[in-house]
Amino acid sequence: MAAIYSLYIINKSGGLIYYKDYGSAGRMDTNDTLRLASLWHSMHAISQQLSPVSGCFGVELLEADTFDLHCFQSLTGTKFFVVCEPGTQHMELLLKHIYELYTDYVLKNPFYEMEMPIRCELFDINLTQAVQKDRVALLGR
Amino acid sequence: MPAVAPRSGEAIFSSAERVNAELFTLTYGAIVRQLITDLEEVDEVNKQLDQMGYNIGVRLIDEFLAKSNVSRCVDFKETAEVIAKVGFKMFLGVSATVTNWDAEGTTCSLVLEDNPLVDFVELPDTCQGLHYCNVLNGVVRGALEMVSTCYLMLVLSSCHIIILV
Repeated sequence: MAAIYSLYIINKSGGLIYYKDYGSAGRMDTNDTLRLASLWHSMHAISQQLSPVSGCFGVELLEADTFDLHCFQSLTGTKFFVVCEPGTQHMELLLKHIYELYTDYVLKNPFYEMEMPIRCELFDINLTQAVQKDRVALLGR
Repeated sequence: MPAVAPRSGEAIFSSAERVNAELFTLTYGAIVRQLITDLEEVDEVNKQLDQMGYNIGVRLIDEFLAKSNVSRCVDFKETAEVIAKVGFKMFLGVSATVTNWDAEGTTCSLVLEDNPLVDFVELPDTCQGLHYCNVLNGVVRGALEMVSTCYLMLVLSSCHIIILV
């Protein structure tokens, strides 16, 4: 059973630059993923405006009956979010770790163009490892 | 989200993978030398170094944020301190001093007492006006632009950066 359903990375203008799904649940076609990414980007921006508390940086967790959506936004505006099983713990740490992998294997790749879709093999490999490790840790708990 | 304590530049620098300092210094020297040969004009070289730094800065800022866990700076004073004490320390292994604040607090200087880029460098008379470390200027400009707290202009002579909001 997969704890994480899918992972998205969106650039600061709301374009989907990375999508990966894990397991069968919640799989979507390319158009739907792009739509979801830009929808989430706008919802995130609106949530910031609507928040009654000042200094709000947007939605971090969306809880639904069949999934949880954890979102992490870096100060540069890139958003990382995972869709996972309801109640999955420690997703913030995983997202933070994915951010570090992104800085190491995507941004430091001189052939990666900023704000463009990510096609970096090293990033894929390390990401798979990170998610795997997370899954193992989850089974251990 | 659990608050993660900011890490010091020292801690990040010592845990990161590093290259030999001489290799780094000599590589940078070779780049500057090649630019002078290719572009001939010192002003053009300064511009090119700044542009190269900018391209580095817009990418480097994310690594800085990811590894240092610093949160949003409240004012320009704090920003300057963080660049000098955490940013420079983390990537160059030396920290800078923030001085020369103007009355409005919109201009300051970052001074590098010990700059690894200039270890073996003696500027010849023909290169007067060359900002040898202009790349650092570009890096700071690129990085700050990505978090867009302030727009700035920088001027740099070998170890000296001036920031204006």
